[in-house]
Amino acid sequence: MDTTTLILQALVSGILNGGIYALVAIGLTLIWGVMNIVNFAHGSMMMLGMYISYWLFTLLGIDPYLSLLFSIPLLFLFGLVTEKFLIEPVLDSQPFIQVVLTLGLMLLVENLITIFFSPDYKAVTVSYASSTFGIGGIRVHIPRLLASIAATVITGLLYMFLKKTDLGKAIRAASQQKDGALLVGIDVRRIYMISFGIGAASVGAAGSLVIPFFYAEPHVGLVFVIIAFVIVVMGGFGNFVGALISGFIIGIAESMGAIFMPGSTKQVIIFGLFILLLLFKPAGLLEK
Amino acid sequence: MLWLPAAGVALLFLPLFGGDQFLHIMIMVFLYAYLGSCWNILGGYGGQFSIGHGVFFGVGAYTSSLLFARLGISPWLGMLAGGFLAALIGLGFGFVAFRFGLKGHFFALATIAFCKVMEIIALNWEFIGGAVGIVIPPRNPSFFIFQFSRKAPFYYIMYGFMLLSILIVFLINRSKIGLYLAAIREDEDAAKALGVNLLKYKVYAITISAFFTALGGTIYAQYLTYIDPTFTLSVGISIEIIVRPILGGVGTIMGPILGAFILDPLAEISRNFLGGYSGVHLASYGALLIVCCIFLPNGIINDIPFFARIFRSHIE
Repeated sequence: MDTTTLILQALVSGILNGGIYALVAIGLTLIWGVMNIVNFAHGSMMMLGMYISYWLFTLLGIDPYLSLLFSIPLLFLFGLVTEKFLIEPVLDSQPFIQVVLTLGLMLLVENLITIFFSPDYKAVTVSYASSTFGIGGIRVHIPRLLASIAATVITGLLYMFLKKTDLGKAIRAASQQKDGALLVGIDVRRIYMISFGIGAASVGAAGSLVIPFFYAEPHVGLVFVIIAFVIVVMGGFGNFVGALISGFIIGIAESMGAIFMPGSTKQVIIFGLFILLLLFKPAGLLEK
Repeated sequence: MLWLPAAGVALLFLPLFGGDQFLHIMIMVFLYAYLGSCWNILGGYGGQFSIGHGVFFGVGAYTSSLLFARLGISPWLGMLAGGFLAALIGLGFGFVAFRFGLKGHFFALATIAFCKVMEIIALNWEFIGGAVGIVIPPRNPSFFIFQFSRKAPFYYIMYGFMLLSILIVFLINRSKIGLYLAAIREDEDAAKALGVNLLKYKVYAITISAFFTALGGTIYAQYLTYIDPTFTLSVGISIEIIVRPILGGVGTIMGPILGAFILDPLAEISRNFLGGYSGVHLASYGALLIVCCIFLPNGIINDIPFFARIFRSHIE
């Protein structure tokens, strides 16, 4: 493979991964932007989505893409309950209590899954798992393409929902001015529950979308959520468009980095970028 | 009123009665009480919530272990070297992070990212053992090389370090630095308006905290004689370090100590009985953290009157 093809190939893989990263980051940025909660358990919720699809496929033979119909409502419910009983009591606590709570939730959820389903890697073996098509010398992996398209569509739908519907407007109002929203009669607690539910559902959808080509194990969410943190900070908290653009940028940066840096060292670039962003542009690259 | 001193003296005689299993549990209690105290200087008193103390712990463990395994330098000297190296790293990281005004969530996230970077570097750096880690070569046990054939010496050393950490936190709490840190923690803007040099005192706190955390890393390495990046230099150990202060009470002298005395016996026992079921140990940690955050947000020492009476009355 010559250099141009190599770089183009990396570009394509980067764009495909970027869509999924963006979908993971959307939920995180919504929760962060609306509630000012940094949800460390976000990756765990993605993992739950993966396991739901894995078991539906393994036990009932339901196709992973069809299992979105289950993982989205189930994770939405999980998000509602989690917000109501765990997050709401600490909404007014110091930031570190909130951080520790979501860290605790992460440990609890991931290790409960370990206890019940063992720490082994689980992979779904669908017939189309490794199907590709080629443009020039570049291979496009079809499940990744589908996941990326679906992720972009879901992000777009969520964006429209926030812009056009009354509920979406109420969510944006609560995120911009909590007291103002209360004054005009918005039930901010209910908005928080729904926002957390939507955040959970969208990352659960991401879990179902990647299961055709990505193994599931109890701690798999961390791989995605750390990247999602970078994307959220880069795009600006609560900024959907920013998250989508940043998702693609990070996806491309990562697959380009993989050409030059072997194995896990490419992660150093992502974390390094993250620290630099926190230092110099904590409000996001797109903010003025 | 004499509860605490009496308990302190009683602990001196425990090795005469306890078996190895029991002493091991107590060494872990002392170690995590010590580490919690060290973290508390920055996280509790300074209000800067670090989830990256695994870096300092790991640097301490790696420095002394490498110096001993490669050059035969006494781990006691290695311990100091590790402490200074960690302090330097803390100083550098703290200076940059605080200089750019990182606080709250953002500081916590930056410390996690920093810890992950260091872990990945250690995993890929063959010179310092890579993913395999370092085994500390056994020699004739002696105090000078920090190796003992029995557990009792480790017990006394770790106990001494725990007392040392209490003393340091006590002194900091009494000093001007302690007052400035408390002012910064309670209201940064107000402290700044009153002329407190925010950057200077935050950097002091992280440097001191890093130095002493690293000493704990060396003791841990000498005790277990084996270290690797996925535990010794990980976000996992960073979380371990903060669990006890949170349970006991962040920003109090005895909080981390109390937290360790409650948690570690339970943790060791549950690990013994439930060790076969992977995940049980950490799942219960998670549940415990959630319960603490919701029901005991100020820690046992502040939220349960019985403990508040015993621990707060005469030293704070």
